[in-house]
Amino acid sequence: MSFLSIRNLSVRLKKGPPLLRRVSLEVAAGEVRGLVGESGAGKSMIGKAVLGILPPAVEVSGGEILLDGVDLLRLPLAERRRRVGASCALIPQDPLTALNPSHRIGPQITDRLVDILGWTRADAEARARALLAEVQIPDPERVMRSYPHELSGGMRQRVLIASAFAAEPKLIVADEPTTALDVTVQKQILKLIKGMQERHGTALLFVTHDLGVVSKVCQRLSVLYAGMVAEDSAVADFFAAPRHAYSAALLAATPKYTDPAAGLNPVPDAVIEAVRAEVAAFDAGAARG
Amino acid sequence: MRGLRVADLYTIENLRLSLGDMTAKPLFGAAPRIEILKGLNFTIPKGAVVGIVGGSGSGKSTLGRALVRLLKPSGGAIRFDGADITHLDEAALRPMRRRFQMIFQDPMSSLNPRHRVGTIIAEPLRLHGFDGVEARVKRALDHVGLPQSFATRYPHELSGGQRQRVGIARAIALEPDFILADEIVSGLDVSSQAQVLNLLERLVAELGLTLAFISHDLSVIRRLCQRTIVLYQGLIVEDRPTAELFAAPQADYTRELLEAIPLPDPGQAWG
Repeated sequence: MSFLSIRNLSVRLKKGPPLLRRVSLEVAAGEVRGLVGESGAGKSMIGKAVLGILPPAVEVSGGEILLDGVDLLRLPLAERRRRVGASCALIPQDPLTALNPSHRIGPQITDRLVDILGWTRADAEARARALLAEVQIPDPERVMRSYPHELSGGMRQRVLIASAFAAEPKLIVADEPTTALDVTVQKQILKLIKGMQERHGTALLFVTHDLGVVSKVCQRLSVLYAGMVAEDSAVADFFAAPRHAYSAALLAATPKYTDPAAGLNPVPDAVIEAVRAEVAAFDAGAARG
Repeated sequence: MRGLRVADLYTIENLRLSLGDMTAKPLFGAAPRIEILKGLNFTIPKGAVVGIVGGSGSGKSTLGRALVRLLKPSGGAIRFDGADITHLDEAALRPMRRRFQMIFQDPMSSLNPRHRVGTIIAEPLRLHGFDGVEARVKRALDHVGLPQSFATRYPHELSGGQRQRVGIARAIALEPDFILADEIVSGLDVSSQAQVLNLLERLVAELGLTLAFISHDLSVIRRLCQRTIVLYQGLIVEDRPTAELFAAPQADYTRELLEAIPLPDPGQAWG
């Protein structure tokens, strides 16, 4: 059975338009699923709904989020937080804003383990040191005493990866974790995340707009458009033959330096009109109930 | 000899640029200097489309800003169409600024949120003493494929791709000789990215522009640029026709950059 199972999840702006339209997807234990789409497609919103960190103006309007068989949306808030906190973690996009600039790195990794999960300070620090070494930070002792501004962007992202794996979560949501990095650092970080994920057997929900990245780290992907799942495929199948016209157009728009003729084809207007019609038909159906 | 080839719009000789390191500045006295550009030599012929690539911290944006003299070099020379602009002061630069324009990475922060699109495009035209400003604004919007009615909109009412078109319209309205585009598509989705790049390619041909295109994305460079300059830690490690560079990269760093790009292809060896 899947560790995470999202069924018909709908999310909307409070008294506003829908942001996710009956999204369903499964992530098996140890599996990596990519969530792909253009800005505004709702890919980050799915991860936020799972972790229970939706913005205040947004609410879940229907569906189920089953984590290890239990529907998070039916749990009292405290119980939901306890479950999610114990088994899930986030690798955020921007490592500078995710770290508190006025605290040293060490406590930012260990405080959660000590205060929330009840570890001893010594255990937490030993764990942090081991993880910083595992993410290939050369001098973990020194980095734990450093402030975020003293580290490069790649180093900060390594710290956040170490922090995400600290409590051995079963599921990690990675929200565009390499978008702010340049390609050579991106490659190191992606290999690192992939390696850690495989060693620890963690399931990963990997949010990205880059199909190149998907082809390197994911086993399955969901292509989103306007909060709807256009396609849910195994990665190998998708790149061989995308099944939905929109996801095919998205792939054709992705640049590919080995083939200068490929890529840089905007998604054709006809395809956009077709998916808009799908969305309109869905909304009309939802309005009828 | 020089008469036989296309004249160079830019000639860069031993360009050096250092900036103060504010993180190491003592309370009193000057900040220690960090050398960003360490002696660059290259030329940009008229009508060329040149790509400038490199990782973060390689100096590509600093180089771009020196070309349009938003930064002052600490050594070497920048000649623009025969004139030495290396150390010109702002008053002397002002009349030349029309001729080299810049398009910025983030259109949200480079377009004034309180002004309508029409005003944003018109302001530099007025500053440089153009007449028939309104007609020029309309023509610029036509050129970038935006409806003329967009002149009355505010930047927040536009999509990312549309905003970047406004940035392009503002630059080309001045009929410049040279445009510097600094990472102008890196914040856009692939589809808008494709639209903006296709537009830029068309404008360069139609208006006879010379373009320097700064990017960290070699896939984009390959499509757009005839020549590519690769920067690494403030030095040029490779400067060749784009097709040759992709066919057989010479510098180790270029090879590393190429191999790091994740192609949309699960079969790619990505050791």
